[in-house]
Amino acid sequence: MRVTLFAIGLILTGFNASFAFEIEDHRIYAAPMPTQTIKVISTADIAAFDPLIRRFQSINQRITVDYTVASSTEVMAAIYDEGAPFDLVISSAMDLQTKLANDGFAQQYISPQTAQLPAWAQWQDQLFSFTQEPAALVISDAHFAGLEIPKNREQLIDLLRAHPEIFDQRIGTYDVRTSGLGYLFATQDSRNTDSFWRLTEVMGRLNTRLYCCSGAMIDDVYQGRLALAYNVLGSYAENRLAHEPGITIVPMQDYVTVMMRTAFIPRNAQNPDVAGRMIDFLLSKPTQESLAETTGLPPVFEGASDKQKALRPIRLGPGLLVFLDRLKRQAFLRNWENSIRQD
Amino acid sequence: MRFLLVEDSAQLARAVCERFALDGHAVDHATGLNDASAFVDTTDYDLILLDIMLPDGDGRDFLARHRQAKNKTPVIVLTARSQVSDRITLLDLGADDYVTKPFDFAELEARCRAVLRRQGGAAQNRLEFAGVILDPQEATLTANDTSQNLRNRELRLVEIFFAAPAQIFSKNHLMDRMFSLSEDVSENAIEVYVGRLRKKLAGTGAEIETVRSLGYRLVARP
Amino acid sequence: MTKLLPKGSMQRRLVIQLSLIALLLSLVLFVIVRGVAERAAADTQDNILAASATSIADALFTEGGQVRLELPYSALSMLGTISEDRVFYRVLVDGETLTGYEDLVAKAALSVPKQPEFSTFEYRGEQVRAVVVTRIVSSQSHQALVRIVVAQTRLGLVQISSRITLLAVAIGIAFFFVAAGLSLWAAHSALAPLNRVAGAVTRRGPSDLRAVQTQAPAELVPLITALNSLIERLKSSLTQSEDFIVEAAHRVRTPLATVRTQAEVIHRGLEKSKNKTALREMIRAIDESSRSAGQLLDHAMVNFRADQFQTELIDLRKLMAETVERLSPTAELKDISIITQDQGGDFDFDCDPILLQNALRNILDNAIKYSPADSDITVTLAWDAHYHILSIADQGRGFAGANLSDHLQRFKRGTNVHDIVGSGLGLTIVDEVARAHGGYVEITNHTDPEGGGACVSLYLPLV
Repeated sequence: MRVTLFAIGLILTGFNASFAFEIEDHRIYAAPMPTQTIKVISTADIAAFDPLIRRFQSINQRITVDYTVASSTEVMAAIYDEGAPFDLVISSAMDLQTKLANDGFAQQYISPQTAQLPAWAQWQDQLFSFTQEPAALVISDAHFAGLEIPKNREQLIDLLRAHPEIFDQRIGTYDVRTSGLGYLFATQDSRNTDSFWRLTEVMGRLNTRLYCCSGAMIDDVYQGRLALAYNVLGSYAENRLAHEPGITIVPMQDYVTVMMRTAFIPRNAQNPDVAGRMIDFLLSKPTQESLAETTGLPPVFEGASDKQKALRPIRLGPGLLVFLDRLKRQAFLRNWENSIRQD
Repeated sequence: MRFLLVEDSAQLARAVCERFALDGHAVDHATGLNDASAFVDTTDYDLILLDIMLPDGDGRDFLARHRQAKNKTPVIVLTARSQVSDRITLLDLGADDYVTKPFDFAELEARCRAVLRRQGGAAQNRLEFAGVILDPQEATLTANDTSQNLRNRELRLVEIFFAAPAQIFSKNHLMDRMFSLSEDVSENAIEVYVGRLRKKLAGTGAEIETVRSLGYRLVARP
Repeated sequence: MTKLLPKGSMQRRLVIQLSLIALLLSLVLFVIVRGVAERAAADTQDNILAASATSIADALFTEGGQVRLELPYSALSMLGTISEDRVFYRVLVDGETLTGYEDLVAKAALSVPKQPEFSTFEYRGEQVRAVVVTRIVSSQSHQALVRIVVAQTRLGLVQISSRITLLAVAIGIAFFFVAAGLSLWAAHSALAPLNRVAGAVTRRGPSDLRAVQTQAPAELVPLITALNSLIERLKSSLTQSEDFIVEAAHRVRTPLATVRTQAEVIHRGLEKSKNKTALREMIRAIDESSRSAGQLLDHAMVNFRADQFQTELIDLRKLMAETVERLSPTAELKDISIITQDQGGDFDFDCDPILLQNALRNILDNAIKYSPADSDITVTLAWDAHYHILSIADQGRGFAGANLSDHLQRFKRGTNVHDIVGSGLGLTIVDEVARAHGGYVEITNHTDPEGGGACVSLYLPLV
C-alpha cells in the first residue's frame, strides 16, 4: 500500500520530482502528432483557462500544452528559488512577476502583438499583461436582504459595525500571508486609502475567515457561509454569476483595484518560441475580446474603461518591489496580523 | 569768273591758276588767311577755293567767319583729310563742296561748275557767236529759236570754242581740257565729240572747222 | 573677342568653403547636442536615483536601539517613471545588510560624504548605475553608519541615447542644409556688387570711355581704379590711333598732291604724244597710290567704327541721294547719267551714317570708274521681306573671274580691270560695312539685253 501510495505520489509529483514547490493541479493537453510542447505554470485554475488552451490548440494543432496550476507564492518559489524550466509563467501576482523580471529571470520577447501593447501594460518587453481584472466585493443576496448595499469602504465599515450579528464569522478575505494576490490587493489597498486599516480592524473584530483563493470564497458566499467576501477576483465572480444567481458583485465607488494578469517567458525556457506564440495568442483580438467578456473590463489594449471612473489599475514597475522588501513585508504582515486577528 | 584761291603751296597754286586761266577765269591767290580776308573784303568773288591747312590758321575758322558774315560766295574746300566725318563737318560749317588732295583737276573743274550752277544767281555769261547762243548754265545751244541740250562733255567742248572763236585748238589741248588725266581716252574721242557738236551746229551760223594737222576752230559758216 | 575661359568660380569656391564650414559646424553641433543631451539624461537618471536613495534614507528610524526602515513606496516607484529599467537596492547598517539585494556591491567612500556618490558597474549581467547615500543614524547607544545603495540598469538611458543621437543627427543635417542655403545666399549677395559693377560696365556703349563711377565696396575699389586707369590708357591710345590715321592721311596725300600737280603742269606743256602718254601713266600711278592710301585709311576707319558701332536712325533714301549728288560731278565728267529708281516705302534704318556713306560712295565710285562714257548707272532703292536693298547697276564691263564673291576679299581685283586704277579694297570696305550692320553684299553681273554690266547690292536687314 505504501509502495503504491509512494508510486502514486511519485507519479503525481512526476514532473517536479526534483522540485519542492507545491502544485494545485496539472493537466497535459496532448496534441495528435505533436511537434512541440509548451510547459505552462499558472495561477489560473484549469476551469478558467481550459477554453483558452483549447482555442490555442485549435490554432496550433501540433503543440502539446502541459498546464500546471500553482498558487502565486508557489509559482514564485518554482521560478525564483528553484529555476524550474517552464516555458511560460502566468500569474495574477503582479508584484511577484515584477520581481522575477527585475531580478533577471525573464527573457525578452518582441512581436508585432507585443508592440501594440500600451506602455503601462508591459514591462521591459519581458512582462506582458493580458487581462484587467478588478478586485471585487461580493455579497450574498440572501444575507443582504433588506440591507443597504455599501457604495464605498467607509459605508462598508459603518455597515459592518452596525450589524455585527449578520457579519460575525461571515466575512471572508484573502490570507495575505500565504496568497500572493491577496497580499498584492491588501498592500495596494493600504496605499489607496487609510480606511484600509480600519476596515481590517473591523473585519478582524468580526472574526473574518481567511482563504487562500477566490474560488473557495465565492463558493462559500453562494452556500451562505459567507455574507460577503472582500477583495475577491471579480472575473471569477462574474463567471460564476453568469451561471448562478445568488450573489451580487458590488462596485466600490471610492476606488476599485484593478490587477493585470501577466505572463513572461523564463530565461531558462526550453521552448521560448512556442511560449512567444502563446503570448501572441493571449494578446490577439479574439482572445482579448473573450477575456474582456469574462472579466467585465475592456481588453488590455484599450486601457481603463471610462464608464467606471473609480478604477485604480495597479501599475507595473519597480514600485511593486517595495512591498516585497523583507522589512516592509515584515512590518506590513505584522500590522495586518494584529488587525485581522483579535485574539 | 573771278575766283579766289587760298592755298599756301606755291606749286599747287600756280597749277590751279593756270588751269582756270585756260577756261577764261581770273584767279586771285592768297597764301594765308589774313591775305584771304583782305581779298574778300575788297573784292567780290564768284567762287573761293580754300585750303584747310594754312600756315596762319585753320581754314575752318575762315569758313565760319565767312558764313557768319553772311557772305554768299560759294566755297570749295581743298583738304587732305579724307575722313568722311571731317568732310561732313566742312559741309556743316558752310562749305559748298570739297575735294581731297591730291585731286584731279577735271574733277575740281566739274565741282566748281556744279557749285556755280547751284548758285544760280544772275544769268550766267551767255556766249554768242554767229547767231548761236550758248548758255553754259542751262547747257543749251540756241539757234533759230530752237534750243538743244548739251551733254557735259559737249558743253565743255563748246565752251572752249565759244570762249575763243577762230582760235585753233589741237586735239591734245582739247583732250587735256575735256578729260581727266586718269581716264584713258584716245584722240578718237575728240573726233567723236567734235562730230556731235557739228551735228548740233548744223543749220546754224556757226561751224567747227578742221584745220589739217593743227586742230579745230569755231568759225562762222560761210 | 576671345571668350574668357573661367578658371574656377568665386561664388562656387565661396559656397564650397562656407558649406565645408557649415559641415564642420554641423558635426560640432551634433557632438555637442548629443553630449549635452546625454549628459542631461544621465544626470536625470542620477538625480532620480539620488532622490530615491534619499527618500529611503529619510525613511530610516530607530526602534529599540535598532535601525529600521519603512521603505517608502515612492522610493522605487519613482524609478519607474522615466524608464523601464530594472531596480536593485541594498541598505547596509554598519556593513551588514538590513534589507535588499545582498550581492549589490557599490563603491563608497570610507568617510561620510555629504553628496551622493555615483558609480557604474556590472551586476547580474547588466551595466547598472548606482548611487550610494550615506547617513549617520543615531540611536540611544551608538551611531550607525547606514549606506543606501540604489542601482538601476541603463537600458532606458541607452534608448534615450539612441533617440538623442537620431535627433542630433537630424538637427545636424537640418542645420547643415540651412547653413548651406544661407551661405549660398551670402555668397551670392557678397558677390552681387561685382555683378553690379560688371553689369554697369557691360551696359555701356562701345565707345563709352568715361571712368566707371558705380558705387562699390572697399574691396572692389582697387579693381575699379585699375579699370579706370586702363580706360584712360585706352582712351589716350585710341585718340593716338585716330590722330595717327588722320596724320598719316595728310602726310601721304600732301606730297602726292604736289607731285600730281607738277605732273599735270608738265603734261600740259608737253607736245609729243609719246611723252604725254608717259606722263599720263605717271599720273595714273600717283592716283593709284593716292587712292590706295585713301582706301587703306578708309578701311582702317571702317574697322574702327565697326568695332565701336554706334548707330542712329537715318533715312537711307536721303543718304543715297546725298551720295549721288556728291558723285554727280565725277559722273558728269564722263557723261554718265545716274538714274534713281525708288520702290517707295520707309527707308529708315538704325546705322552708322559715316560707315554707310562710305560704303555707298565706294560702290558708286566703282560704278562710275568702270562705266564707259555716255552710259547709265541705275540706283535702285528696294526692299523685300527681310531687307532694305540698295543696288547700283552700271553698264560697264561687269565682274570677271570665276568666283564673284572673291571680289569682296581684300586687294582682290577682277581679271579684267588691269587698265583701271583700283586698290582692290573698295568692295572689301563695302562688305565690312554691310556685315557690321547685320547685312551682306551681293555682286552680280546683270545680263542686260543691251549689254553687260555689274550690279552691287547692299542688303541691310529690316528691323
